[in-house]
Amino acid sequence: MFKRLRENPVEAVTITVDGSALKARAGDTVAAALLAHGVSHVRTTPVSGAPRAPYCLMGVCFDCLVTIDGVGNRQACLEPVRDGMRVETQHGKRKIGS
Amino acid sequence: MAVRASRGNFALVWVQTKGLGLPDYARWTVHSSNSWATFATELASETGIDLHFQRPGGFHLCLSEQELEARKQIITRFHNQRGGTDYRIDFLERDDIAKMLPDIGPDVVGGSYCPLDGHVNSLKLFRALHLALSRLGVTYLPNHPVTAIGRRGGQFEISTPHGTHDAGKIVLAAGNANQALAPMVGLVAPMKPERGQIIVTERVDPFLHFPLGTLRQTDEGTVMIGDSREDGHDPSGSNIAINSVMANRAVRMFPKLARLNVVRCWRAIRVMPQDGFPIYDQSESHPGAFLATCHSGVTLAAAHAGTLARMIVDGRLDEAEVGAFSARRFDVQAVA
Repeated sequence: MFKRLRENPVEAVTITVDGSALKARAGDTVAAALLAHGVSHVRTTPVSGAPRAPYCLMGVCFDCLVTIDGVGNRQACLEPVRDGMRVETQHGKRKIGS
Repeated sequence: MAVRASRGNFALVWVQTKGLGLPDYARWTVHSSNSWATFATELASETGIDLHFQRPGGFHLCLSEQELEARKQIITRFHNQRGGTDYRIDFLERDDIAKMLPDIGPDVVGGSYCPLDGHVNSLKLFRALHLALSRLGVTYLPNHPVTAIGRRGGQFEISTPHGTHDAGKIVLAAGNANQALAPMVGLVAPMKPERGQIIVTERVDPFLHFPLGTLRQTDEGTVMIGDSREDGHDPSGSNIAINSVMANRAVRMFPKLARLNVVRCWRAIRVMPQDGFPIYDQSESHPGAFLATCHSGVTLAAAHAGTLARMIVDGRLDEAEVGAFSARRFDVQAVA
């Protein structure tokens, strides 16, 4: 659904999403990398279990919450990708251990 | 911030040590606690709203030997008090607490547990009460402050800035505002409003299966941290120093809480009679006028909706049941 505007020769970064490797570009946010890869939703809500995707992309809606390197409820739209970053989609409530 | 306690509530249905100094209050609190499950079921069948009432028992945790000693003294005084309902409060060592609350931190030295303590979703209670009232045909007129209560014929005439209303019977249940309303019908209601602050975290998987007096996890997963007390009736602003003490104590009780994000803090005004105990009265000079106010509106909701409401419908407060809660108790003559 989303396409990159130009195939700029930008440094490639590899992250994992739920254990699978995903190629992103330096400067991408986690949310942009996920959307560019066709991910349709990144979490389900804590109470009703409804699916949610990145929406505002500027840090205010909190719909893009994911677990990053073991820490839950991080805003994917505010986190730049780093090589080796582990991203996990969330299902329901955050675990207090993560 | 919220002026109204019903919107700022911590949502405990709490029994532990209530009634110290007034054994009838212990009895009345246990009566309401025991009636709560039926009350919640009735409201749910009336409105379709599940209040998530649970009574797993509740804890009070102590973070130093001094706190532990103070708690021991309170419980001993409570159990030595005659005339109340002698319900169980267990004093527990740290190791026993850890069996029920495995996530406690090293600073927890001990505490107390009462099997009658519970909690509820107070926002759903608030909504269910309003919905049930409207289905029963009750008209709710918010923001109609009562300026005068007069008599005309056999009726009360209630004046507000938006017009007057007639009623054959009235119940003053306006919380702290009862202090101003009570004299209009020949009663008194000495109040002492208190500010309280609450911190709310993001939702997490259930890890805390028992409420504490100062900390609980809601049915939807948020953790509420609370129980500050300040004199005053201005809800504006927020005292960050108070929040930091509450957060620090919460993290010492459950170190895992340090990982959570705080999503809201609020401050509201507690309804508080001057001596902390409920006030229920009926007017002798203005027959048909009743007054009901208390601090623990959620805990006592079941007793109010059942026992007390029935007495008011019947037109007479039962002296044996609620006589101890008359404001006559404040009428003590000074000795020179």
